[in-house]
This record gives sequence, C-alpha cells and structure tokens, in this order.
Amino acid sequence: MNAPKHLDLTFAALSDPTRRAILARLATGEASVTELAEPFELSQPAISKHLKVLERAGLISMGVDAQRRPRKLEPGRLEEAMDWIERCRETFEQNYRRLDALLDELQATPRGRKRTKG
Amino acid sequence: MPRPAEVTLPSDREVRVTRTFNAPRQLVWAAHTRPDLVRRWQGYEGWDMPVCDMDLRVGGKYRWQWRQLEDGKAFGFFGTFTEVDCPSKLVHDQYFDPGDMDYAMPTGDPCIVSLELSEQNGVTTLVCSLMFASKDARDEALSTGMTDGMEHSYSRLDGVLGAAP
Repeated sequence: MNAPKHLDLTFAALSDPTRRAILARLATGEASVTELAEPFELSQPAISKHLKVLERAGLISMGVDAQRRPRKLEPGRLEEAMDWIERCRETFEQNYRRLDALLDELQATPRGRKRTKG
Repeated sequence: MPRPAEVTLPSDREVRVTRTFNAPRQLVWAAHTRPDLVRRWQGYEGWDMPVCDMDLRVGGKYRWQWRQLEDGKAFGFFGTFTEVDCPSKLVHDQYFDPGDMDYAMPTGDPCIVSLELSEQNGVTTLVCSLMFASKDARDEALSTGMTDGMEHSYSRLDGVLGAAP
C-alpha cells in the first residue's frame, strides 16, 4: 500500500472547485499568485490559502524567481490520485461487464421457459 | 456496448460509481438482490462465492463470502439492509470480514452502500454510492481490500463475454 496520506491530502485539495480551477490553469504553464487570482472574485490572501493547501498536498511547487514566485504543477501526486481512481473504476467495471453478460442472457431467455418462483 | 463505469468522489469520504445497462430496471434490481444471480457476476477470477445469503427486507441481514479456489482462503462482507425500495433504491451497511486474508483494513466501521436505479427507454442507470466512515477508511478499503484482492485480469471477462449467448 503506497502512501495513503498523500491520497488524503490530494483528495482534500481536489475537493474544492477553486483549487481544481487553479490546477487546471497551472496545467497550461506556471503562474504567479496575481495571475492565478485574476479569474476569481477572491482576495489574494484567499487565493494564497488555497495555494498553501495545494502545496501541502504536493500538487504544486514554487519556482525560484524570488520576486514573481511562480507556482507550477507537480504531476506526480495527481497521477497517484488518478491511478487510485482508475483502479477503483476497473474493479467495478470488471463486475459490471459480467453483469452485462448476465443481463443479456436473462433477456434472451424466452418468457415462460425459465420461470422461477419469487 | 454500454459506457464503462464512471467513478467520482463527491466528498472525501465517498465514492460514487455510475453505470448504465441495456436492460430494464427490474432485471438490474434482480441481479443485485437474488443470490443465484448475484453469484454470477460479483466476484473475481480464481474465486467462487460459497456464501451469498440475503434477507431482502428492512432490518434483514446479508452475508457474502468469496473463497480463493487455489488455497481456500476466504473473505467477505456482511451487514443489514436499511432501505429496500424495489426496483429503485437499496441501502445497506457493509462490514468487512477479513476471514483468512492478511488485509490490514479497518473492520470496525461499516461503509454505507446505496444503490439507485432509474430507467429510460430500456436503459437503466445505476448509481452506486459508498460512504466510508473516514477518509482513511475509504483509501484503505479500496486500495487494500478491493484492489489487492480484485486485481484479476480481464481474461475472465473476455471468457464470460465470449460464452454469453
């Protein structure tokens, strides 16, 4: 089992729509706090709070430019989260494919031939 | 060909799976609630389902157990139905029974499983929601309990699909 704590922080970070929008913006390239705050009707401190959550989760990091302090996306933790979700989905999907086959079979059976009580 | 299952995480304790089926709602309900049918699709390659008891009523209990054919090790789930509204909604709690397996999964707190079925034009949409007691429980349940035990390949699915009439 690899790093459940990472997943906790990642999913908590992703559960907020503003933070998801910030990550979407950073996926196109790094940006400063001012640039990131621009699309939202939020104060800069409010955006900074969101950025702290994202940094703590390891989803973003801060660049070296001391003046601009650009944030950039760190893809590793997102990939972990996506892998987890994908494993989850595959698990259900395997069973549901079998259910598809069973449902096809049940519908193909002519009425009256395979009646069971109850 | 139905669209594959979609998984979303509406909150940090919940996993929601949405899937459509080319079948009437009544049949999808039956597949989830009749033990003889449940056995035919729930499970994993190399395992059988020796226990599938379901007392389908509010307050009724159920128990599911899967056993690995190779070494006989078993694990399962059990709990109580809290809502039974055929054919649209089924809610039950779900406790993990580690049986002979080595899973370090929390067994104290159940998760709450809620199934909702709706039908349009012969296509049934299933929304399966699992609400865990905590974030940790959700992570561990799905990462150790489910995927480790359920990392079986799609080859069985191919076989089943190939054999379906």
